[in-house]
Amino acid sequence: MAGKPLLRVVNVKKSFGDKVVLDGVSLTLNKGETKVIIGPSGTGKSTLLKSINRLVVPDEGEIWLEETEIIRCKNINAVRQKIGYVFQDFGLFHHLTALENVMIGLTKVKKMPKKEAVEKARYELNRVGLSGIEDLYPAQLSGGQKQRVAIARALAMEPKLMLFDEPTSALDPELIGEVLAVMKELAESKMTMLVVTHEMGFARSVSDEIIFIEKGKIVEQTSPEKMFRDPEHQRTREFLFKLKDLYGEGGE
Amino acid sequence: MLEFLRQFLIVDIFISNFGTLMKGLAFTFELAIVAMFFGTILGVLLALGRSFGKRLLSWLCTAYVELIRGTPLLAQLFILYFALPPYGIRLSAVSVAFLGFILNSAAYQAEYTRGSIEAVGEDQFKAAYSLGMGKWQTIFYVVLPQAIRWSIPAWMNEFIYLLKCTSIAYIIGAPDLLTQGKFIASRNYQFFRVYLIVAIIYLVIVLAATWIVGKIERKVQIPGFGYDKARR
Repeated sequence: MAGKPLLRVVNVKKSFGDKVVLDGVSLTLNKGETKVIIGPSGTGKSTLLKSINRLVVPDEGEIWLEETEIIRCKNINAVRQKIGYVFQDFGLFHHLTALENVMIGLTKVKKMPKKEAVEKARYELNRVGLSGIEDLYPAQLSGGQKQRVAIARALAMEPKLMLFDEPTSALDPELIGEVLAVMKELAESKMTMLVVTHEMGFARSVSDEIIFIEKGKIVEQTSPEKMFRDPEHQRTREFLFKLKDLYGEGGE
Repeated sequence: MLEFLRQFLIVDIFISNFGTLMKGLAFTFELAIVAMFFGTILGVLLALGRSFGKRLLSWLCTAYVELIRGTPLLAQLFILYFALPPYGIRLSAVSVAFLGFILNSAAYQAEYTRGSIEAVGEDQFKAAYSLGMGKWQTIFYVVLPQAIRWSIPAWMNEFIYLLKCTSIAYIIGAPDLLTQGKFIASRNYQFFRVYLIVAIIYLVIVLAATWIVGKIERKVQIPGFGYDKARR
């Protein structure tokens, strides 16, 4: 992939008190690429993702979205509009219907006229396979539907980059598939995506590169083929073995 | 025995003093509704100041709430009525009643609202921020609409409480229902019967208000906001 990367994370460090969570992480993401981050829990994957839209402010380093440096930029709200964020626990607004959830960013942040926003929101819900549930409230939706509404809400803002923070971890096993299918389709449509997940099937079939993070450091980043067949590091091997134990082989 | 029961013959007195009683009742309603309305607005502002304001603002809001909640309503009314005139602030009994109940109710409502604001999860803020909303946009479009829904039962309770509690205004002579009752009784000396009538009127309006409030609560109900069937 030629050209300038869309996202550049340079030597990012973050500690909470004495605990070092990110210990000099660097990575790049080109336009249209999907990269998957894996690693044991508590090793800074979420913190890294949150740093990218500054929900967490790193202590050191730089994060560039195209020409904008995120950590020190003045108008973070403008940057966040360009970065879609999907949370593990959905983060849907409880007092709004599915349609209103998708609309609110358009009307309140982008100041889009209501009629246009309704149309756009319907389109995005349709895109994630959710026609007909527009008027339901989050409490009336299944976990898989909630997460797809959350994805539609992020997509409606027409982001340059989508961040997924363990998007299927809070879902019942039989609901994971519908969310992964949407993400897979997104990746195929050349959305730029950074995904923290333990879904090895998804990682293997969709990602351009897999990044293994442990104790706040990138241990290894390589293509899925190499990662699964012949990882460089002993730790990567052990971790993947454990995952395989837990989640199965993870083939297509 | 018969003599005892005779005391409960109140229909005559009720009919002959109907106009006066209704005048009192109207003032009671007016006082409760105005206190509720402005108390709610002030209360929400206090709660916002306390939860999201910078240090000084937050401290001031907290101080106000604690001061009002920590002193008797009666003392507050007396201070407004008797202690201010020497400083050139002379308010009528009616003004003191309105002002006193608004200021008092605001403090309690601030606490209900603050509790509800704090019940809105961190995830709601993060989700709003991730869409590019600023802090106050998040508060007004995401946090407050949810907090207000959580506050509705407490507010309704506050209104019912206010309906009765406004009777304290009688101490400073505001023309509420209880004051009118006292006025009637001081002329006909039928204290028991008159106050019985007054008490029954209070009971009826409180029951009616409770019923209406229940209707409103169900009307504004949204799935996921606490009145679901599963909880019944």
